[in-house]
Amino acid sequence: MAFINPMDTPGIPTYRVMDSDGVLVGQSRSELGFTNEDALSWYRNMLTGWFFSLYYDGLRPDADGLLTSRYGQVSAGEEGISVGSAAALTPDDVVFAQYRETGVFQQRGFTLKQFMSQLFANANDNGRGRNMPVHYGCAYPKTVRITPSPTSPMLELEWTLTEAQHTISSTLATQIPQASGAAYALKLQALQNPDKPPAIVACYFGEGAASEGDFHAGLNIAATRSCPVVFICRNNGYAISTPTLEQYRGDGIASRGVGYGIDTIRVDGNDIFAVYETMKAARGLALSGGGRPVLIEAMSYRVSHHSTSDDSFAYRARVEVEDWKRRDNPIIRLRKWLENEGLWNEDLERQAREGIRRDVLREFGEAERAKKPAIRFAFEDVYEEVTEEVREQMGELKRILEEYPEEYDLRGFEGGIKGLDEK
Amino acid sequence: MASPRLFRPAARLLSSRLSATRPAFPQTACTPSILRFRGYATQNGTKEVTVRDALNEALAEELERNQKTFILGEEVAQYNGAYKVTRGLLDRFGPKRVIDTPITEAGFCGLAVGAALAGLHPICEFMTFNFAMQAIDQIINSAAKTHYMSGGIQPCNVTFRGPNGFAAGVAAQHSQDYSAWYGSIPGLKVVAPWSAEDAKGLLKAAIRDPNPVVVLENELLYGQAFPMSEAAQKDDFVLPIGKAKIERPGKDLTIVSLSRCVGQSLNAAAELKQKYGVEAEVINLRSVKPLDVETIIQSLKKTGRLMCVESGFPMFGVSSEILALSMEYGFDYLTAPAVRVTGAEVPTPYAVGLETMSFPQEDTIVGQAAKLLRL
Repeated sequence: MAFINPMDTPGIPTYRVMDSDGVLVGQSRSELGFTNEDALSWYRNMLTGWFFSLYYDGLRPDADGLLTSRYGQVSAGEEGISVGSAAALTPDDVVFAQYRETGVFQQRGFTLKQFMSQLFANANDNGRGRNMPVHYGCAYPKTVRITPSPTSPMLELEWTLTEAQHTISSTLATQIPQASGAAYALKLQALQNPDKPPAIVACYFGEGAASEGDFHAGLNIAATRSCPVVFICRNNGYAISTPTLEQYRGDGIASRGVGYGIDTIRVDGNDIFAVYETMKAARGLALSGGGRPVLIEAMSYRVSHHSTSDDSFAYRARVEVEDWKRRDNPIIRLRKWLENEGLWNEDLERQAREGIRRDVLREFGEAERAKKPAIRFAFEDVYEEVTEEVREQMGELKRILEEYPEEYDLRGFEGGIKGLDEK
Repeated sequence: MASPRLFRPAARLLSSRLSATRPAFPQTACTPSILRFRGYATQNGTKEVTVRDALNEALAEELERNQKTFILGEEVAQYNGAYKVTRGLLDRFGPKRVIDTPITEAGFCGLAVGAALAGLHPICEFMTFNFAMQAIDQIINSAAKTHYMSGGIQPCNVTFRGPNGFAAGVAAQHSQDYSAWYGSIPGLKVVAPWSAEDAKGLLKAAIRDPNPVVVLENELLYGQAFPMSEAAQKDDFVLPIGKAKIERPGKDLTIVSLSRCVGQSLNAAAELKQKYGVEAEVINLRSVKPLDVETIIQSLKKTGRLMCVESGFPMFGVSSEILALSMEYGFDYLTAPAVRVTGAEVPTPYAVGLETMSFPQEDTIVGQAAKLLRL
């Protein structure tokens, strides 16, 4: 009889392509599957994300720790994971994110205008001002025609797919089993329509969320149903204030994937090349053999505070943070590599920073000045269709607005009183 | 407990009140609470205490008093609580009594219920009651029912506490009121404090109560200071679960409210008095389950008009229940249909303008009261 003592088993290694000096280790430049232009665009995206969070971080709560109305989670220090992994996805892949993946949205084409509009809850916000800050989301509804084939004798069906980024949810870890479900849907679609470009689901979460039951349920169902989903766990060492030692006792999150029978890898999250390579390979693996889940544990260190309402220096020594910042950071590391390659220098850096700063501030100002969503959005979308009662209320509001136009200033709302008309 | 009274016919409720030795409205309860506190302040040692500090005091006193108690939850120890309600408790009582947990509501709530079934008296903090959704099976199917199902063998002296209801700018998934959810479950007791005295007295009562008790606090009240009487500052101060408090006596209209809405109702009552000379009686429910039907019906008989104010969703809520009770026990005394002022039928929006419109404001209460009274 022998018990397995986890302390006796060797730890899962961390995959790495580039060291903290920006020098490739074990691999040559030609082996890496990206162009110099790719690397430069990743760098810009990370830099933009960093600036963006700096401005966002500027909106701190007051001295009493009271929340300002703009509460949000910031992602500095984890850009390597989000940008690097998103770069390996195709536009057909579906993303379920938590709330620290600004880089994923950016890499997939979300614009500064879209970010800012969401943060300011203005008329251009996809969420119509209803969702908390950083709860980004967008939909590209696409209709896919499914025709019966000899192998799939189903009726002719028309599927409306909501692709791209699912809107961020505040509830912790609920996206994990949902990602498995979305992956299962992709798998069925691929069976019924082999012409559709192959797609996977990428699901992001932190190591704190992996303590929730949803993580275990989501991974197990994905494994048993062979769903083409890649789970990306950002292990940043802290869940709000709880250090990982209080969060779990095993070998990180990666060891759990093995337990569920899932292909698993641990990667250095500050090494964007390693993250990109890993994600690309994981995507291929997820699509192989009719679909299978993959777990990536990306190690990083969260440099920013948990959210703008939380001063993490209360529970982390300031030196610890500063030390890590100096020692390693995905942006610095990529910059070092670019400089080593002769692709970047101090001048370009200054120009880039100046440009990004200008763009961020411009969008900031524009978003602040933009109109509020049309009035009808105060009523719509609780249900797919406007209910009878609500329609009556809208009619009543319209009557009042028309009867007392001098009492209500509607100039700040998109479309003014016409904004009340149903589309 | 008042709930058995629910099953008595209205007539018997009436007769039991008539034969009661205690006057329906003791003199103390008739004095406006604010005045009473002011009187105290000059003569005795009334103190301004925030709801946060009152809760902290209650926890410290009960941890001190009973070795079987301990508190657990996310961030309760080292970080002193997400909302600082457990400040200083780790230093004072050590890591065996004040326990940080992983982000696993189902795990630590289940652990608390298990410890209670084994005879301890755990206090389970949820960072907010929205997160308790992850663990609601433990609360409802295990904590509330095991005593009954085990034939009374297994105790379940557990206290679930944390902020409930909407806060500021946290949108749909972090802004809901669970009073009606927990209030509908046989086997649970549910309290919802408003003032600092409520907070201290009810939390202490909840911890001492041998049943599972859900303490629904309010984030927006944590920093608010209330006068606390000398009696309430003592460590033996406990409020009875199941008794409402008349915060302001009146003769024209009964306003029944709970949690943060009590304060709004009191301000609305003051405005009604000032604007229309109307005397509104404001009842602070304090306890959602058991519900103090007696106090509500007695007040309704006096004023003939009833209005409920709460921030929950409009349907199947605390107000719906009270309106139904008013019809069952006070129909003949109502001179106008009872009304409810509640949150809107919409997932709570983030944008501040929309959020404000989603919940009762003081002018909503005044407006609805004026309509009810045909002013």
